[in-house]
Amino acid sequence: MTRLISVGVMWIILILLPWWLPMIGGYTALGSKVLIYAIATMGLNLVLGFTGGLSFGQAAYFGLGAYGAGMTLKYLALSTPLAILIGTLVGGLAATILGPLVMRRRGIYFAMITIAIGQLFYFVMVRWNNVTGGEDGLAGFGRQDIHLGPAVIPISSSGDAFYYLVLLGFTVAVAIMWVILQSPLGHTWVAIRENRRRMEFLGIRVERYVWAAFAIAGFITAFAGTLNAMLFNFTSPQDLHWILSGNFVIMIILGGMRSFFGPLIGVIIFVVAQDYLSSVTGNWMTFIGMIFVCIVLLFPRGVLGIFNRRAEAI
Amino acid sequence: MELLLFNAFNGLIQGVFYALMALGLALILSLNSVINMAHGGFLVIGAYLAYTLIPYLGFWGALIVGPVLAGVIGLIVERILIRPIYKRVDPIYSLLLTFGLALIIEDMTRTIWGPQGLPLEVPDIINSPVSEVYFFITGYRLFVMGVTAAAAIGLYLLLRYTLLGIRIRAGIRDLETTAALGVNIYKLRALNFGFGCIFAGLAGVLAAGVLGLTPPMGNSLIMPSFVAIIIGGVGSLFGAVLGGLIIGLAAGVVTTYYPAASEAVIYLMMLIVLVVRPRGLFGEEGLFE
Repeated sequence: MTRLISVGVMWIILILLPWWLPMIGGYTALGSKVLIYAIATMGLNLVLGFTGGLSFGQAAYFGLGAYGAGMTLKYLALSTPLAILIGTLVGGLAATILGPLVMRRRGIYFAMITIAIGQLFYFVMVRWNNVTGGEDGLAGFGRQDIHLGPAVIPISSSGDAFYYLVLLGFTVAVAIMWVILQSPLGHTWVAIRENRRRMEFLGIRVERYVWAAFAIAGFITAFAGTLNAMLFNFTSPQDLHWILSGNFVIMIILGGMRSFFGPLIGVIIFVVAQDYLSSVTGNWMTFIGMIFVCIVLLFPRGVLGIFNRRAEAI
Repeated sequence: MELLLFNAFNGLIQGVFYALMALGLALILSLNSVINMAHGGFLVIGAYLAYTLIPYLGFWGALIVGPVLAGVIGLIVERILIRPIYKRVDPIYSLLLTFGLALIIEDMTRTIWGPQGLPLEVPDIINSPVSEVYFFITGYRLFVMGVTAAAAIGLYLLLRYTLLGIRIRAGIRDLETTAALGVNIYKLRALNFGFGCIFAGLAGVLAAGVLGLTPPMGNSLIMPSFVAIIIGGVGSLFGAVLGGLIIGLAAGVVTTYYPAASEAVIYLMMLIVLVVRPRGLFGEEGLFE
């Protein structure tokens, strides 16, 4: 019951965001960015937190989604839904195809392979420059208004309208992930995380479940990537770089990787901190690095972990 | 033909740097169970310290002192930051910690030495081309290969014949039993981390002589080094070296025919190896599976 109330309160806050965020000195696009990163990290957390696979190259699928959407708008058709669909499919299918290469591995090896695969796509986008814009990124496309029968949703001109599209996407993605985690599939993931060997003895085809987690996470992250491309009407190879992958992981740790909404908290803290630090100091990278070190040494269970521990103590 | 030879040789030099990096990474990965994302940072530290020391010590002194200082800094970092998290089983924490460290080192390097590239002066004696036809084979490049070979052989001899090396190898096999036999594994892991950083620093100084110094120079070398380890097989130092040389050479050869794919080919080779032989060329069965 308390859970239902807190989720309800969260949604009301999110719905009212275009109204209150500018009043405290933020801007709506920052809210869109937070929600987009929240979709991506919650998707990644299906692998990282719930299945126990250390995917450290998730930005690849984020970036593939972004490039998929951007190139659709630029070369194929001026349609926002089509761009989202194609981008999501491109990133998701890449994860699905590459899944079998990583699913057998665990721990450190899993991490290294996912990082390295991510770099493959990074260099493809950098070097295929007559199509992707190379190092400078892909520009020259814009999100298009959505036509629902006679009604037009003006997302191309209104940042607020686009924010609500992102919020809709966030809601749908969260609902899908919630349903999956309540299903036998989700429970099997958690069991694999807790004791992989026992699941093998029980006759569960562990590798297939890890594959499923990796593929689903890929689709969701790619979906977030498509929205990110349209938020800025721009995407660059930085959206596939392993630094972004690392940022995704630290956002999850920061919020707490054992909880469903943990990544959202982590994203809020990280994105706001990054936005603020980069505006006040040229050495923001050092501060971000220090945040990494401090979280690992002092708050390994994340912000929600601190509260949970206190709750347990009481 | 000459172009192919030129690119292949360039690739091989790159491969030597990958191999040196991968050797240090693999050492730390095997005994410390840490994916050292900051390895590129130690490379940069070694290179920039050598650059700063050259006016005082000359090239030869800096070539030795730079990597050693990188190793000393590695020891300090290990003691303060890495040691507290050995007991955490999940490798994610060491990965993130060293990742943060990499960001800090890159940013600090940029602040201290500036964002622009700097040249590392190499003595004339070893910098002249060996032959007029093959102008790209300079003495320095042969020197780089020689130093790398010497370092690799030195590491092999250390691991094979000294008590310290035997303990490191034992620790890689079974850390608990090694500890139970009375070896101070904390000291062992610290020394091992230091060795790994020395290799990174050495790669940095040598690479700076060819590529010059830039703050993100470590970033562009660390990913291929990962690939070298994956191709060579996790757990095999020889595999890491061979993997580095192979991908360097492959990138060089591909540059001749299709320059745009020279980076991607490294990762494609990794995918092929993973499909055909998932544990890598010399990887041991059962490790991290």
